[in-house]
Amino acid sequence: MDLLNAIVVLLNFVVIPAASYGAQLALGALGVTLIYGILRFSNFAHGDTMAFGTAIVILVTWAMQAAGIGLGPLPTALLALPFGIAATAALVLATDRVVYRFYRRQKAAPVILVIVSMGVMFVMNGVTRFMIGVDEIRFEDGARFLINATEFRKMTGLKEGLAFKTSQALTIVTAVIVVAALFWFLNRTRTGKSMRAYSDNEDLALLSGINPERVVAVTWIIAAGLAVIAGTLYGLDKAFKPFNYFQLLLPVFASAIVGGLGNPLGAIAGGFLIAFSEVGLTYAWKKVATYVLPESLAPDGLLQILSTDYKFAVSFALLVVVLLFKPTGLFKGKAV
Amino acid sequence: MSSTQNPWQEDRGNKDRSITRPGGSEIIDPETGHEAHPAPGTPFLLAENMTGGYGAADILHGCTLKVEKGQIAVIVGPNGAGKSTAMKAVFGMLKLRQGRVVLDGKDITHLSPQDRVAHGMGFVPQVNNVFPSMSVEENLEMGAFLRRDDFRETMEQVYDLFPVLKEKRRQPAGELSGGQRQQVAVGRALMTRPKLLMLDEPTAGVSPIVMDELFDRIIEVARTGISILMVEQNARQALEIADMGYVLVQGANRYTGTGQELLADPEVRRTFLGG
Ligand SMILES: Nc1ncnc2c1ncn2[C@@H]1O[C@H](COP(=O)(O)OP(=O)(O)OP(=O)(O)O)[C@@H](O)[C@H]1O
Ligand SMILES: [Mg+2]
Repeated sequence: MDLLNAIVVLLNFVVIPAASYGAQLALGALGVTLIYGILRFSNFAHGDTMAFGTAIVILVTWAMQAAGIGLGPLPTALLALPFGIAATAALVLATDRVVYRFYRRQKAAPVILVIVSMGVMFVMNGVTRFMIGVDEIRFEDGARFLINATEFRKMTGLKEGLAFKTSQALTIVTAVIVVAALFWFLNRTRTGKSMRAYSDNEDLALLSGINPERVVAVTWIIAAGLAVIAGTLYGLDKAFKPFNYFQLLLPVFASAIVGGLGNPLGAIAGGFLIAFSEVGLTYAWKKVATYVLPESLAPDGLLQILSTDYKFAVSFALLVVVLLFKPTGLFKGKAV
Repeated sequence: MSSTQNPWQEDRGNKDRSITRPGGSEIIDPETGHEAHPAPGTPFLLAENMTGGYGAADILHGCTLKVEKGQIAVIVGPNGAGKSTAMKAVFGMLKLRQGRVVLDGKDITHLSPQDRVAHGMGFVPQVNNVFPSMSVEENLEMGAFLRRDDFRETMEQVYDLFPVLKEKRRQPAGELSGGQRQQVAVGRALMTRPKLLMLDEPTAGVSPIVMDELFDRIIEVARTGISILMVEQNARQALEIADMGYVLVQGANRYTGTGQELLADPEVRRTFLGG
């Protein structure tokens, strides 16, 4: 039995990847949940909003690299992030102006808005592919590893190596900062409180003199910011490919719904729950088991519950289970 | 699905978007002039000959309500008489086909509810009158949303009026008891420092003791010079504290008089006060 090596393997293949994936999902789910809380519909275009914003970030990154601007060990994409957020915020505000506002004025039912957002999704989808193509793009630069597996082995003398990528560390740190800033904004500022009031009781918010169009605009800007940050972090960690971002919609929505739609805390919890379930169920536990169990009990199989091809099924299954037993999500959200 | 006139909307409920009804925000009515001084003898609030409803059919038929400065006016009547509708009409949430609303000598018939708040009206709706997930203190802050000055003093006054709210100020309003929630709702409306406070059944669903307590508080508010227009189910108790009473039936004034007059009127007693 070799507990130390088991822990290192666990950290390396499950905890660290799932934590950074969870942070990315949480940021995406926060955007979905904010839109749902304020505008009262599920925004299917969120995945493609992430893709659009990340595409802009990549284009600006390339321009900066060409001009010799960089951040040293950190990825240049961080410098490009504000440009991506600005462009995406402009895009969603323009979309709101020409598309969503019309339906809002009609007091359209949420289900109509959902379908409208699918239309928006297809348009954004096309725009992004036009801009940057459909291929996989890697745009991470700077130092790739914070802790390198070989060095770790040399340093500790353990058999197993531990790799901690810069992008993973960056994801977790950024997520913490962004979430703290968002909660501070929602709970401490006049505008943030007016957003919560509007989400709580629209009529009373209007009676209190809260301007709905302003609340909606601020919500779109924040959602765009969250989407671009989530998309860029995901792209740095894995790679950018428009289709993958479209596919991210499922785990992102699952996170938001499992946590309780409209509840920001729930979105974060949901993101990590989905990420850890996905990674945990598709990981081959053989190596960990070999270290932990006595030799006589050593497993023959891979101890992998699901093939990685089924990782999206995990989100789906979790979603269905939660909806069956707790329709408002784990945290008190709005019923779907 | 109901047969609705709005094809865009099936299940969203009746969100009163009329609250920000566009086009209704001229400040001064050209006909009634721009001078804001009430003519002598004009009540503080005059809602005259109001006729209108939510759709094709009228709910209100020439309903008239008056409130004098610092006095309490109470509307009573059977369920579905249009009491809440009359309140909404006074507050501008309903498009009137006829009639006018004059506040402090100013014709506000064409103002949106938000603008009426800025002109000194405070409204506590019958239902959904707090922000349930926000703390008591945040509810009060939202009441003062339109104010740009320091509103801490007003908040202290509200806490003086309802001491229990100060105790619970960090608690979400949705977790309070019915009576406490009504206090939050009234407190929220007081935060704009209204000149006219409109309450739609403030004592709905509270125990008799709490009801007496709430009525005492309302009298206290009126003593500070705020006029009060109130709908009440507890007709007898409400008329006892009322300077003016209106019995509304099918959207029209049936009986009007001071609270004592209505209480003494055998006809009113027999039909509306249960003997
Ligand atoms: N939002 C609405 N849309 C359409 N009709 C409505 C709406 N609200 C009320 N009504 C109708 O208007 C009439 C008067 O309702 P209102 O709520 O004003 O009565 P009320 O006197 O306040 O009754 P209660 O004592 O039960 O509160 C009722 O026939 C009701 O069906
Ligand atoms: Mg009513």
